[in-house]
Amino acid sequence: MIGDWLDIGPVDQIAPGNARTLPVRGGEEIAIFHTLDNQFYALVNKCPHKQGPLSQGIVHGTIVTCPLHNWNISLKSGEALGEDKGCVPVVPLRVDAGRIYLLREAVVVKKVA
Amino acid sequence: MNAPMSFKGQAGQIRERLVVIGNGMAGCRAIEEILERDPARYAITIFGAEPRVNYNRIMLSPVLAGEKTFDEIVINDAAWYADNAITLISGDPVAQIDRRTQTVIAQSGRVEPYDRLLIATGSDPFIIPVPGKDLAGVVTFRDLDDVDRMLAAAENGGAAVVIGGGLLGLEAAHGLSLRGMAVTVVHLMPTLMERQLDEAAGWLLKEELERRGQVILTDADTAEITGKDGHVSGVRLKDGREIPADIVVMAVGIKPSVALAKAAGLDVERGIMVDDHMVTSDPAILAVGECVQHRGACYGLVAPLWDMCRALADHATGSPTGYEGSVTSTKLKVSGIDVFSAGDFSGGDGAEDIVMRDAARGIYKRVVVKDDRLLGAVLYGDTADGNWYFDLLKRGEDISGIREALIFGQAFASGGAQLDPNAAVAALSDDAEICGCNGVSKGKVVGCILGGAHSLDAVRSSCKASASCGSCTGLVESLLAVTLGDEFAGERVEKTVCKCTSFTHDDVRRLIIEKELKAIPQVMQELHWTTPDGCASCRPALNYYLVCAWPGEYVDDQKSRFVNERMHANIQKDGTYSVVPRMWGGLTNPRELRAIADVVEKFNAPMVKVTGGQRLDIFGIKKEDLPAVWADLNAAGMVSGHAYGKSLRTVKTCVGSEWCRFGTQDSTGLGVQIEQSTWGSWMPHKFKIAVSGCPRNCAEATIKDFGVICVDSGYELHVGGNGGIKVRVTDLLCKVATEQEALDHCAAFIQLYREQAHYLERTAPWIERVGLDHVKAGLFDDPDSIRKLAARFRYSQSFMQDDPWAKRAAGEDSELHQHLAEVRPLEFVS
Repeated sequence: MIGDWLDIGPVDQIAPGNARTLPVRGGEEIAIFHTLDNQFYALVNKCPHKQGPLSQGIVHGTIVTCPLHNWNISLKSGEALGEDKGCVPVVPLRVDAGRIYLLREAVVVKKVA
Repeated sequence: MNAPMSFKGQAGQIRERLVVIGNGMAGCRAIEEILERDPARYAITIFGAEPRVNYNRIMLSPVLAGEKTFDEIVINDAAWYADNAITLISGDPVAQIDRRTQTVIAQSGRVEPYDRLLIATGSDPFIIPVPGKDLAGVVTFRDLDDVDRMLAAAENGGAAVVIGGGLLGLEAAHGLSLRGMAVTVVHLMPTLMERQLDEAAGWLLKEELERRGQVILTDADTAEITGKDGHVSGVRLKDGREIPADIVVMAVGIKPSVALAKAAGLDVERGIMVDDHMVTSDPAILAVGECVQHRGACYGLVAPLWDMCRALADHATGSPTGYEGSVTSTKLKVSGIDVFSAGDFSGGDGAEDIVMRDAARGIYKRVVVKDDRLLGAVLYGDTADGNWYFDLLKRGEDISGIREALIFGQAFASGGAQLDPNAAVAALSDDAEICGCNGVSKGKVVGCILGGAHSLDAVRSSCKASASCGSCTGLVESLLAVTLGDEFAGERVEKTVCKCTSFTHDDVRRLIIEKELKAIPQVMQELHWTTPDGCASCRPALNYYLVCAWPGEYVDDQKSRFVNERMHANIQKDGTYSVVPRMWGGLTNPRELRAIADVVEKFNAPMVKVTGGQRLDIFGIKKEDLPAVWADLNAAGMVSGHAYGKSLRTVKTCVGSEWCRFGTQDSTGLGVQIEQSTWGSWMPHKFKIAVSGCPRNCAEATIKDFGVICVDSGYELHVGGNGGIKVRVTDLLCKVATEQEALDHCAAFIQLYREQAHYLERTAPWIERVGLDHVKAGLFDDPDSIRKLAARFRYSQSFMQDDPWAKRAAGEDSELHQHLAEVRPLEFVS
């Protein structure tokens, strides 16, 4: 069924403190984060600094530290924290009955034939 | 929804017939509220599935634990039903609701007409769909019958497994444990009660329950409940572990009980949909309690239920007010341990954590503040201020005036002008204890400061305050500031590990050993970390310190490692990885070279580079291809080169006496031996070694962390070189006569560095900081030091020399390499 929300599977496929990735054909890869406090967030998987894969960074609180140059990015807003300036798009995410959903229109880039 | 305000039969003495499905806490509370407002309005009939009067379900845990009897938890006895002319039909559950004829039909066939119907069916336990779930001896924890079944099982002693480490599961476990059973709790998530508690509090709870004899298995996914002769015999987990059990309690959660409402055609999502007056999609039917869904929320706690019942009774007696949803808090005792949580404690933008830890008393408090409002709170061990925090939170009170003192609780924060921590310390009496470890009073500390101890270290050495566990460091610093005023120099010279702690690297390393701290959350608790789960600086440092302190015992925390060490490859600027297989001493052979060539072609690696450490580096490998690359390299006999780690990188050699006309010793052979004895060890930072066969030093041994220069009479050992940002030539450590001595000294030096350096400190800055004499003293003052250090290193190595690539190639941690899925956009066909 096609709804507004895209079901990307059960919550237990991402361990707390980790992130996993979701490539989008024709679009930007998305990183899904599971914090140690059991919250889930999704960002475009590109640091605003030098496009490092945020999914590979260390997650602490609701922050991910980019693996390339240690920028701290807020998982909630996508904003770079501290002295650094920049922002990565946030993908709206919700968890319902143990499954993770992403806002379809934020994920899928429509192709017109 | 448009609910009618009145019903037929309003005039005269004819009472409206109100039928209640559910004789539980919600149903009866709603009736109590209605009776209080208008006792003559309804003729009431209550159906209860259980054959007994209304009791307090949340007190089943004390009944199980033997602290209360059933009679003590009865809310309304038989007399209450009689006094209020309520017909109680217990033990005969309702089977159907017929909205057309406005009747309910019970299992026995009894038909009861209604003018108004109240559904208060509560919730059902969630049963995980595993094989064996229907075996005898598998019980839930929902009603008194369940408790009786557990008590019967406990009479024979034996073993119990509780599936679910949430509130309900832990209460069941506690009760069964008090009844003499050996209890194992199996919990899917990494921390207990993860919906109510954060990682730190969940960890404390686990430690305490384990101390009380329960076995707590987290990250444990049940595969099957095993049985013998139709009765449960144990639980098998997905990782293969088996736990024997005479009883299995399924307590993974609850779901609203909606079957009756759904069958009757009412609007149902997760729960029965109700409006602000608890009216369902049928105006004649109300619903209340855990079975409802109100403004998108379902509740499993008791407090919202009281609010709902008030709104329902107001509406049902003609003066509607409306229910606006509840902010919930959880305050409970598990095994006598006080736990509290409320609101949102996930942190985030603009939200700031204020954390207080008191290891000696086993207390953890955390409040989350945003825009001068309290957003959430987690309390462990001392919940006295829970209600106060909850009140601040619900009222959205501006806390800017009490912010500094907020974490200390109501008594302190309301104490008036003492909002500046220094002022608060200044207000303490002279005999107030500052340092609990050494029993030092404020007066004594102030006396020391006035007597000339003008720095923290001076205070520590003169009166011992803050010289042990260090948790009163902040207080002592405040006292210095208050006593000395502008004369206090302020910050200490030696920097703390990071902003999360007031301890230095040396403090942390020392205390990990002294207090036998063996897990990251434990270190954070005992050493009073001010953040809930650390940061990207302290997590990797703590992980290394624990790896170093407890070889073979500490379980490496992957999520606290930098990407390269987690992925066992080097991340590049485009997000791909480079792979460096180990070539012992820089030697290789046709088989290895062929395997590398094949990998380069097979995975389209765009570049292969010879490194400065005499290795081949394969670039441009995608994370999902890494395990396959490693499998191919493993097949040719190669293991991880650890080019990505804070670990032994490479041993660079020259060809030595084997080939070179100037060579004095077999530098290649010694290099290979050194590499085989040191590979795989985690260190404070990367570590490079070289062995040169003569003083011409072709292997550049004098800019390595450990360098060997062979001479005719033996081996010169050099340490602390660096060819990086700041070039540093090695210091000569000593000269030894034999290869074995060279190997022993190398192992001992590495171990001294591993045990003493700060995380991310190369040997060069370490030696500059502590001095070569300190290093020499550590190695040579005691003639047995070399042997002891080398033995500790080799013991540690016995756990480390396990090729991480082989494990990944075999499928370990495969989720780190695989995408979740791929999104393929819909294509519109023209």
